[in-house]
Amino acid sequence: MAFVNLKKKEVQAKIVYYGPGRGGKTTNLEYIHHKFKSRIRTEMVTIKTHGDRTLFFDFLPFDVGKIRGYDVKIQLYTVPGQVKYDATRRLVLRGVDGIVFVADSMAVRREKNILSLRNLQKNLATFRKSIFKIPIVMQYNKKDLAEQGIPLLSLQTLEKDLNSQLKAPSFEASALTGMNVVPAMKKIISMTMASLLIELR
Amino acid sequence: MTYMLGQEQLDAIEEVLLQDLFDVGVNCIFLIDTAGNVIANLDNGEIQHDIYSLAALAAGNFAAVSTMAKIVGEDEFSLLFHKGEKESIHFSKVLMDFLLITIFGKGISLGFLRLKVAEATEKIKKILESSCAP
Repeated sequence: MAFVNLKKKEVQAKIVYYGPGRGGKTTNLEYIHHKFKSRIRTEMVTIKTHGDRTLFFDFLPFDVGKIRGYDVKIQLYTVPGQVKYDATRRLVLRGVDGIVFVADSMAVRREKNILSLRNLQKNLATFRKSIFKIPIVMQYNKKDLAEQGIPLLSLQTLEKDLNSQLKAPSFEASALTGMNVVPAMKKIISMTMASLLIELR
Repeated sequence: MTYMLGQEQLDAIEEVLLQDLFDVGVNCIFLIDTAGNVIANLDNGEIQHDIYSLAALAAGNFAAVSTMAKIVGEDEFSLLFHKGEKESIHFSKVLMDFLLITIFGKGISLGFLRLKVAEATEKIKKILESSCAP
């Protein structure tokens, strides 16, 4: 539910990083926070457990700058990935305008990626939103693990499992090293803004 | 769903916040939507709260409490309020998709604040209903 403030000439939109537990959603936001320190004046908000797992959400406000004369403020959120936190995960999706699905490239997490994507579809439906209509970008994370000899899913397998129907823009990435974190974020911001423009017309 | 508010409506909302709440001694007021977007905010200039983080947390907190209410068989809990030593925070729902958050000190009683918030909420409802808000 993006908000256009005609008085301040400002647009606020909500982008959510979704995906299975321990997939790297929080690491994505941490990388963005670190990379754009000069433009993000506030601290990243995290609600996590004692074991450092996301309990409710992480939140990072990000000033994109001016688009067509409007100041664009993007609110970046992550959801808790663990299966048991489905109720809180659903709450974070309220009013979402765009999604980055962070899949885990490790071969052992194949099933968890598929289940998480189905869970996203189901939770979006509770807000009467379709996974096929909302702006979405796929991010295949943890590509850096290949160097350590950890078996990873191939791009073809990930695309077949997660993106054969959605056909969303996809990025092989590493949130830890920063590889393709910013391009994936830029892509979802531009898709979200394009979608908002169409809606406002 | 995207919605927009124009200069006239936002001025009218700020006027209500100023007259009904700010002038009675509230320290900080903000109107947000349930997605956590900030629609309007006023503060006394003495405190520098991070409004965007507060809005995200307030929206999440309100949503979590509403879900708890449903689990125990209530439509919603009518009072959501946190008391601090110096500052307290009060949440009030406005229509389906908006929240009015008020931060106030010891100078105002909760009862009086609730009365003023209820009055302001009615006025804001009318303004929002007349706009293209969801």
